[in-house]
Amino acid sequence: MRLRRIWGLMYRHIALYRRSWPRVLELMYWPVLQMCIWGFTARFLMMRANGPMLAASALLGGVLLWEVALRSQMGVAISFLEELWSRNLGHVFVSPLRPWEMIAALLLISFIRMLTGVLPAILLAFVFYAFNLFSLGPVVVLLFANLMIMGWWVALGVISLILRHGAGAEALAWSVLFGLAPFSAVFYPVSVLPAALQPIALALPSAHVFEGMRAALSGVVRWDHLAWAVGLNALWTAGGILLFARQFRSARTRGALLNIGE
Amino acid sequence: MSGLTKRYGEVLAVNDISFAVPRGRTLALLGGNGAGKTTTIAMLLGLLIPTAGRICVLGYDMARSRFAALARMNFSSPYVALPSRLSVAENLRVYGHLYGVKHLEARILELARQLDLGAFLHRPAGQLSAGQKTRVALAKALINHPDVLLLDEPTASLDPDTGDMVRGWLERYRDESGCTILLASHNMGEVERLCDHVLMLKQGRIVDQGSPPALLDRYGRDDLEQVFLDIARNRVAAAA
Repeated sequence: MRLRRIWGLMYRHIALYRRSWPRVLELMYWPVLQMCIWGFTARFLMMRANGPMLAASALLGGVLLWEVALRSQMGVAISFLEELWSRNLGHVFVSPLRPWEMIAALLLISFIRMLTGVLPAILLAFVFYAFNLFSLGPVVVLLFANLMIMGWWVALGVISLILRHGAGAEALAWSVLFGLAPFSAVFYPVSVLPAALQPIALALPSAHVFEGMRAALSGVVRWDHLAWAVGLNALWTAGGILLFARQFRSARTRGALLNIGE
Repeated sequence: MSGLTKRYGEVLAVNDISFAVPRGRTLALLGGNGAGKTTTIAMLLGLLIPTAGRICVLGYDMARSRFAALARMNFSSPYVALPSRLSVAENLRVYGHLYGVKHLEARILELARQLDLGAFLHRPAGQLSAGQKTRVALAKALINHPDVLLLDEPTASLDPDTGDMVRGWLERYRDESGCTILLASHNMGEVERLCDHVLMLKQGRIVDQGSPPALLDRYGRDDLEQVFLDIARNRVAAAA
């Protein structure tokens, strides 16, 4: 793996954002908007009585952390789609850039995109609602990392589907993680889900992360949930890598890399 | 390459073709639409896995060591674009990094001078004319001083003046660098001017080959376009 090749592809995206302020604005737009909508809802809840204080914090924490997963997933998938939209994939795939170097570049760009989007929202939550995400303690880094990794393997799945089905699958880049949101227990504990859906929720790292977040808000670190999140992420990431490797090879066999934009 | 075959289900896109290009020579792939030119180039570049056969480029087996070969190859096609919002210099920088080009900024300036890109080096690639885009695509294809250059219709959609300039640059680069060029083109004048050897493809097979003068002689024609039409319209036996 050559860092210069990874930087080459990263530079392509950084150069794009450097000369397109609407794109940078779009990165921050949704996290900030979500934070405003849910933040004011949470403040309204806090004003009603003493009890909902914790619920309001859980709501704000949920909004912020869910954006980490969402922005990480979209950061990878949309950066890949940028290559497809610009009909540039043919050039990229005939360069010495290995598929894994391309993925590494997309992950690093996604990390930068995620921070660009989420950090202003975290700051806004502190300024507007006096909610400090970092008051959860060092465990917040683990929550952050697990959701980011979940976003990445979901994005690998989306890219695999684009390689398989072409640009017709690109809508998944925006929608797929929203489909997982009800099972991720972002705003409510897993226990409120119907019994039949709970195993699905518990198979997702995100459900464990948000259970861990709610526990952390009460001052308890639930290492069991964190361990589940890490283990499940390892499993799903392996699955994502396997799927991508298979679909990339299949695309090279079917000739899909020649007309993937169609 | 030897015994190269590509099958898509029932369709045989490339059927057991074999050829070799000596270093520093220019080979043309000629044939009508669907003859197998693009498929052959895609297999040479590793974009497509052959159903059968072996490809060896610069001594590297493409099935095992394609990235080592790709670092010394490059490619240009009007059907593959460069990111339109990035400037010409930024695009060249991206590919310079991907190919590990040393002294990249100096190389970009050198190409800008050779291909006359200076006036629009910092303009977004999407705002360029067809002729300017072709020159930028050629600059991208030359950024790593390739030993093997694959060109798919390098002068398509260019006016005669720009087309002639591009052909001149290609000749100069080949003569100065000893680069091997594989060219797919429908411009027969271009093929006659640039190529040492021509492969005539039809329905995925090599139906004839030779140097342009040898082909003209064999078919008793004045130009390659007439030879092309003879082959396309099954007048091979009558003419040969």
